[in-house]
Amino acid sequence: MKREIPILIVGITGFTMLIQYFIPTGWSEFIFTYAQDWTIVIGILALPLGIWSLVKANVSKLKVPGERFYSSVLLGGFLIMILTCLSRENIRMGSFHMDIFTYVLVPIQATLFSLLAFYVASAAYRAFRARSILATILLLTAFIIMFRFIPLGPISDLNNSVVTWILTIPNMAAKRALWMGIGLGATATAMKIILGIERTYMGHD
Amino acid sequence: MNQLTKTILILMLLLFMGGGVFAQAADEEALVDTIGPPAPSPPTNITVSDKPNDAGHGLIIRWELSPDDGAGLNNVIMYDVMRSDSPDGEFSSRNLVPSGDKVYVDIEDTKPTEVLPNPDYMPANSTWYYRIVAMSDQQVSSVPSETVSGTTIENIFHWGKLPILFGVLIFGSFLIIFITGAKKGKELYVRPLAGINAVDDAIGRATEMGKPILFILGLGTAGDIATIAGFTILARVAKRTAEYQTRVLVPVQEAVVLAVAQETVRTAYLEAGRPDQYNPDDVFFVTALQFPYVAAVNGIMLREKPATNFYCGKFYAESLILAETGNIAGAIQISGTDEVAQLPFFVAATDYTLLGEELYAASAYLSKEPVQLGTLKAQDYTKAVVMVFVIIGTIAITFGLPYILTLVTVNL
Amino acid sequence: MTFFEKMMQIDRRWVYLAIGLAVIIPAIIPFNVPVSVSPEVEKIYDFVDSTDTGDYIFISVDYDPASMAELHPMATAIINQAFEKGIKIVFVTLSQFGAGMVEQLTNELATKHNKVVGEDYVFLGYRPYPAITIMAMAVDFRVPFPSDYYGTPLDSLPMMNGIKNFFDVKGVIDITSGNTAEFWLTYGNGRFGFPLAIGITGVMSADYYQYLQSGQLFGIIPGVKGAAEYETLVHYPGAGLDQISYQVIAHAVILLFIIISNVAYFATRRKKSKIGGSI
Repeated sequence: MKREIPILIVGITGFTMLIQYFIPTGWSEFIFTYAQDWTIVIGILALPLGIWSLVKANVSKLKVPGERFYSSVLLGGFLIMILTCLSRENIRMGSFHMDIFTYVLVPIQATLFSLLAFYVASAAYRAFRARSILATILLLTAFIIMFRFIPLGPISDLNNSVVTWILTIPNMAAKRALWMGIGLGATATAMKIILGIERTYMGHD
Repeated sequence: MNQLTKTILILMLLLFMGGGVFAQAADEEALVDTIGPPAPSPPTNITVSDKPNDAGHGLIIRWELSPDDGAGLNNVIMYDVMRSDSPDGEFSSRNLVPSGDKVYVDIEDTKPTEVLPNPDYMPANSTWYYRIVAMSDQQVSSVPSETVSGTTIENIFHWGKLPILFGVLIFGSFLIIFITGAKKGKELYVRPLAGINAVDDAIGRATEMGKPILFILGLGTAGDIATIAGFTILARVAKRTAEYQTRVLVPVQEAVVLAVAQETVRTAYLEAGRPDQYNPDDVFFVTALQFPYVAAVNGIMLREKPATNFYCGKFYAESLILAETGNIAGAIQISGTDEVAQLPFFVAATDYTLLGEELYAASAYLSKEPVQLGTLKAQDYTKAVVMVFVIIGTIAITFGLPYILTLVTVNL
Repeated sequence: MTFFEKMMQIDRRWVYLAIGLAVIIPAIIPFNVPVSVSPEVEKIYDFVDSTDTGDYIFISVDYDPASMAELHPMATAIINQAFEKGIKIVFVTLSQFGAGMVEQLTNELATKHNKVVGEDYVFLGYRPYPAITIMAMAVDFRVPFPSDYYGTPLDSLPMMNGIKNFFDVKGVIDITSGNTAEFWLTYGNGRFGFPLAIGITGVMSADYYQYLQSGQLFGIIPGVKGAAEYETLVHYPGAGLDQISYQVIAHAVILLFIIISNVAYFATRRKKSKIGGSI
């Protein structure tokens, strides 16, 4: 029963939401809104669990010499952010908490995002080699797309037209094919979960 | 009275009468000048019907154009659609519709609350009265049209979603056929996937090198199909690593995902007969923000130097940062995501990539269960049906037969 | 190890150094880059240009500080054009970090063009659940936003007099780095049919050209290049045109590395086949 009850709950909920999608009545709307609200509640209730896991894992890493520094930085930052936002006044613009957010966290996030520029270069250097016909097509297409950033006078106008064609025709066709496959795959996975065929997400097989 | 006197009297009478006529004409002219620009005529033949495929919160108002809209006085610029909850009640404007339009859909489905009262809310099975006023370019309104009523009806079925229902039924039929066939022992062929075939070798590599495996479930929630597919792969990988006594690290970005991932790995170790080797600190929450998560995972990669990285789930801009850092750390990398925009980065930077639906199919490939393989075949046959529709539709529209669109158009 | 073999296995830190120099040198020695305007950007410019003085456009600012470098320039250029023409703007944000972005934009540009909040522009504020918010705004802006971001009731703002929903504005431009564009497409243009254009980061642009092709979008401003093109059109040079020089050099360096890697690949492959042939 310990295994069957969760599968039953998933099956009943899944079929209910499937039927609800096709019925536009008031009670159907109520079921949808109710289920959405519970999803949000579960997410919020699970947050303390995540915080506990983070703190516990890093406190235990304080004993490990190689991890001690990084874990202490994490725990220190965690404590500072918690202690500096204990009241509503502390989260207004200009407060210490928001200053840390604006002048420490935001620039660090922007810096990490900018790492992409370097990684794109190294990945392109490694990956864009004409090893086969398909790889050559990929290489030439990448060339044409990247050339649009380099001003070459009238060649740029021609290049812009080719880039627009590539993005609106073959790129669109490939993406739509991928999305059709993803849509069917998602439907299949959802059906498998509702029918109880797929149970690994429960931790059981 | 002599003849001359009579003539003078008649002439005077005629003069007075003529003057009166002219005076009246002048008065009328003066009257016309004080009336102002002419008012347009109102629209006619108003009909009010229930808006279909809803929970009873909308009505469709149709009318025939005012005779002065594009003809006659040609001075109509818009129509004011007015509504009341009773035929004799106060009518208030619902919306202004430009001239030439003959239809207005009145919807008000936001339920009133204490914080946001909504006096215009249209509950199901409620009756509303409409009249329409034509407005001219001189800011002159017509007399109101006739008052017509309509009742909102709560519809049981959304006919606009019928093509989706057909799709679900077609897919469900294939599912039943192939699952039944699989249970009877019929052998089903599925094409090999390099990424799936490499999973065992990748785990073996980590065991030989004595290094951990890093499994990243991405930035999705536990409800995302890609994350669920990631759980199924994690379960298989964790079971194998438990058997080989290799450590698997699973940093997660969402708290519900943490709970499921911990249960998945714990059960995998239990099924492998090594529950004592399960370390709950190996499946841990990092942070809910995108780039701080990336920073933490990159740090783990560069310090722990895992031999194998799995990226299975939903990824966004951080995909290349993770994959390149994994490359720097020297790991073999198997990735899979349904985020189409990130696939090129994974293809360029990882050793094996599962594209979109291949990620969802991984569970069937790894378990090799006949029922799971049966669902894969059902998926493929449904895709074939979709391709047939695409070809028929392309030919039909090319030859000017758009009727096929009505078969597949979804009206939400 | 031959030169080509060394090039095949070049330390990635040389690549990083080259890219680093590629973005530092234009900062030290700035130069102008001629920008050719693409049709999808020009359509947005034409849309704003054809909007009459006193008419309304709707701008949804849905990006966070991480994407500011790419999206702020295009937002600035559009707002500059609109304010100069005397077009009134209704702002909203469906992103939790977007309010700060709108405030930055309006504080800077409203002061520059002497525009007054409530008379020339209004900022509705932020609401979560983009789909629900968009559908509610299509009925009446006052349903999700009875008052603006600063707490003033919408009905008391002069410019909101007679403006009820999307059908009272000329069109919507969504500037986003996330998935709000999809919500605007599905629940905005898809459901209510009002004209919609988007400004997005470069990496997202490949996903949205198909909506341009199908007519669901009337224009796209893709990333920094799109921002530079728009600044060229409105004659308001800004961060977009500044950054395009970095992009040009960085792209040229990446293309050079790709060429070098392929030359090295073919050279080493030819050498291997020669050795193979001799054995």
